[in-house]
Amino acid sequence: MIALWVVLGILAILVLMFIAIYNGLVRLRNQVKNAWAQIDVQLKRRHDLIPNLVETVKGYMKFERETLEAVTRARNLAQQLPPSAGAGERAKAEGELSSALARLLAVVERYPDLKANQNFLALQEELTSTENKISFARQFYNDSVMKYNNQTQMFPSNIVATMAGFKPGEFFEVTVAEEREAPKVSFS
Amino acid sequence: MWEQVRSNQTRTIVLVVSLAVVFLLLGYSLGMFFFDNGTMGVIVAIIVWAIMNLIAYFQGDNILLAVSGARKIAPDDHKRLYNVVEEMKIASGLERMPDIYIIDDPAMNAFATGRDPNKAAIAVTSGLLQNLNRDELQGVVGHEIAHIKNRDVLLMAMCSVLLGTIVILAWYGSRFLFYGGMGRSRRTISTGRGGGGAIIIMLVALVLLVLAPIAAQLIYFAISRRREYLADASSALYTRYPLGLASALEKIAASPYQLRAANQATAPMFIVNPFNRKMTELTSTHPPIAERIRILRAMAGASLADYDRAYREVKYDRKGIIPGAAAAGLVPIRAPSPEPPDEVQQARETSNVMWRLSNYSVIECACGTKLKLPPTFRGSEIRCPHCGRLNSP
Repeated sequence: MIALWVVLGILAILVLMFIAIYNGLVRLRNQVKNAWAQIDVQLKRRHDLIPNLVETVKGYMKFERETLEAVTRARNLAQQLPPSAGAGERAKAEGELSSALARLLAVVERYPDLKANQNFLALQEELTSTENKISFARQFYNDSVMKYNNQTQMFPSNIVATMAGFKPGEFFEVTVAEEREAPKVSFS
Repeated sequence: MWEQVRSNQTRTIVLVVSLAVVFLLLGYSLGMFFFDNGTMGVIVAIIVWAIMNLIAYFQGDNILLAVSGARKIAPDDHKRLYNVVEEMKIASGLERMPDIYIIDDPAMNAFATGRDPNKAAIAVTSGLLQNLNRDELQGVVGHEIAHIKNRDVLLMAMCSVLLGTIVILAWYGSRFLFYGGMGRSRRTISTGRGGGGAIIIMLVALVLLVLAPIAAQLIYFAISRRREYLADASSALYTRYPLGLASALEKIAASPYQLRAANQATAPMFIVNPFNRKMTELTSTHPPIAERIRILRAMAGASLADYDRAYREVKYDRKGIIPGAAAAGLVPIRAPSPEPPDEVQQARETSNVMWRLSNYSVIECACGTKLKLPPTFRGSEIRCPHCGRLNSP
């Protein structure tokens, strides 16, 4: 009789542990999703800013057509990625866009008139901030993914993770070399 | 990485518990003194504490904002400030955007309120906005967001209520002792119930009455300083740029102004102690600025572990400040942001926000002069003091 109770007790504890670990994993996975949504919002914001920027800059920059076209092209490529694209693919496209933007804004140096334009200054603040937000959101996303992946790979939660089919998350890595060297856009 | 912040809380808990112990001891000894019953005293003390807590809770955090004359701004009022706060909100993973307030004061300071991270607010002075560049502002805002994220606002509010209760109990206790309580306590002793033991208890109670408020104050300061270091470390981690906060602190330390609206209870929430008085480290809510700057400048990376290492180097303290941080991974420091608009433009931008918040209307004269009209202006025309043209508002 006692043995039965002991077995039942152990079973109950195991079930409770399973539930706790499962819920913990779900919480972490939701955090990863939420963090991804944050990056997404900022990437969209940047896509929306670029036509404006190109429009403002075009009038001043007669001889930089290629730079401008590169920005527009990179932006369109990044925007046309299907929503199903993974973090790695997105990161690559967005990295291209970042470096195209950085080249454009480096060229701005040669146009003092442009740097005095109020419209451009406002855009510049927005763009700096959006770049920052993207990198901060990426920090938070990667930290969340690391936490989640650790949890899916460590004992004993890895057992629950394989049983319930929790897949490891994908990091949002910057793949473009230039971007890694100079993550900030240089305006001045 | 964020887990480490939580593991550091054990030492804070030790300090808070000792504060509570001082509180209960005081209650017990007062009870022994006046009711011959320690438990009774503890109950009374807890009731007083509960009432104080209710008052503090219902007064809300807004009282601090109201007292300091802070005005809430919309995103478009000051784009840069709003963006910087949003950046830090994203970096810290805070769920809701805190409200942003500006205080019209040349002193350079900032504070955070909000027991609940979802109902938080950040206030900065106009002096701060005028003098800090983007990276520095980010460091300061990161520090304040860290106070919200680490739940320091709630912690310090609870501690300050506890401290306040101890001070009040000790104060009333000593008044009763000298004016009313004496007869009663003498009677208790003369009934012979306690004898020598009772006298010893009386003496202990007397000593506690004097020492409790002092001890409580010192513990309170210790908790506050610990949370400041932690907020600095978190700010460096969020911004990935400890030099921004370091240089902001340098500018703040060099500023001669003192914040007009500040009081002792709210002091721990500011970025630097709003009182300029000379204080030893033991009796201040904030660590010395010079030390905070040295630690931030000594950081090799931006992680909490790097802060801990720098802290140990600068303070010659082997225990460190964030014990659990050793395992954190490599977090490189980022490059500085490009320089924002020059200082004149920055000052003008800030003062324009202040005019707008005071409901002044601005008309631009054809000569380029900006005329600022007070909300009480009723005339139909105004002459430009510069070129003499008549403008209609």
